[in-house]
Amino acid sequence: MSLVVRLRSAVCLLGRFPALAGVDLDVAAGETVLLSGGNGAGKTTLLRLLAGLIPLERGEGTVLGVDLGVDRRSHRRRIGLVGPETGCYDDLTVRENLEFASRVAGVGAGAVDEAMAAFDLGRLADVRHGRLSTGQRRRLALAAALARRPDLFLLDEPHAGLDAPARSHLDRVLRETAADGRAVLIASHELDLVRPVADREVVLVNGQAAGVRADGSPPEAPETPTTPETPETPETPESPGAST
Amino acid sequence: MSLLREAALIAGKDLRIEARARVVGQQVVPFGLIVLLLFAFALDPDRGVLTRVAPGLFWVTVLLASLLGVSRSFALEADNRARDALRMSGLDGSSIFLGKAGALAVELLAFEALLTLGVVVLFDVRLASLPPLILATAAATVGLAAAGTLYGVLAAGIRARETLVPVLLLPVVAPVLLGATRAWEASIDGVPGDAWPWVGLLVIFATLFVGIGMLAFGPLLEES
Repeated sequence: MSLVVRLRSAVCLLGRFPALAGVDLDVAAGETVLLSGGNGAGKTTLLRLLAGLIPLERGEGTVLGVDLGVDRRSHRRRIGLVGPETGCYDDLTVRENLEFASRVAGVGAGAVDEAMAAFDLGRLADVRHGRLSTGQRRRLALAAALARRPDLFLLDEPHAGLDAPARSHLDRVLRETAADGRAVLIASHELDLVRPVADREVVLVNGQAAGVRADGSPPEAPETPTTPETPETPETPESPGAST
Repeated sequence: MSLLREAALIAGKDLRIEARARVVGQQVVPFGLIVLLLFAFALDPDRGVLTRVAPGLFWVTVLLASLLGVSRSFALEADNRARDALRMSGLDGSSIFLGKAGALAVELLAFEALLTLGVVVLFDVRLASLPPLILATAAATVGLAAAGTLYGVLAAGIRARETLVPVLLLPVVAPVLLGATRAWEASIDGVPGDAWPWVGLLVIFATLFVGIGMLAFGPLLEES
């Protein structure tokens, strides 16, 4: 199976703080991987690195066949990133935001209707983003990522703020995405919600991939205060086998 | 997608948002008219002072309004981290620049049209020679929009951007103030021959900043 993501000893700095301190990670096409770990473990930084939004300081990184050390822009159009905020415009309606997301990605208008149906946004089509509830905004952000028809989804806490029906919609989309041969990385603290749809789990500790769950035996991710406010680099456990 | 099609997509998005939010119509236009009124109060209208200084007052007001427009243009991208979505779009930096500068230029032109009416009515100005006046206004507006968009993205990632943009931008656009004011004065006085050199200066300024913006906007957006 072809690799969509390949990282070797990847290091990213936030200022002088090593937010990622040597991550090894492989993700294959059609695979759904859960990234877990405590606050400040580097989950969001890892997603932003893969999206090309922050530079790879050291190590090797290839995403969708693009070497991040050489080019961190040309693969972005093929990525659906959902971060803590929606990336949408308050004064555009749900439909207009989705149309903008799909058109900049060069995707046809059919993707908009599919994305709205996937996240049950039809009756909100003419409502402006600024008037949506938190959960509705989350659904719009997920739909906007889907409307780009990406080859790689990078989702940061995708279940946050979603009610039970919306979570069900999301899980169905994630399963269909994997079945289509597209890869998904999900950074989350809501492990019980994500584990059922994930093929395996990678635990980040202090900016390193510390273990892999592939068969229902999850390594526990200790809560480690490694935020930039505590710039000392704590000792990190060895991480053999983090890449699979 | 072609460069111009991508630029039209960005400009259409910005203009649609602006039409909905009505910040230009409900805040920037009243701001400009209030500035004109304050000048009318501050200067003595009986001695014809207002008529003589009207071009300068007009362009100072446009300059101040352009600062609001630049700030607004990049505030759109700061809300909900839309700037990250814009970076993830994969659009070329040149087309994003052309789109944002184009939308800002359209907003400024609409503002200038209303402000011109204000100047004619309040300051008793007669626009004697229209062709150089129109060309000077168009070139100055493109130059302001291009320079404003370039400096807007330069300051976009900085916390003090609202105060930094005027400090960076106003000295750079001083040639626009000078050239546009002189071209307007010549047009109002009915001496179009004196206006054309200033129109040329404005065209050069606009061309220069459109070119620099197309080259530099993408890398600056990455760093913002």
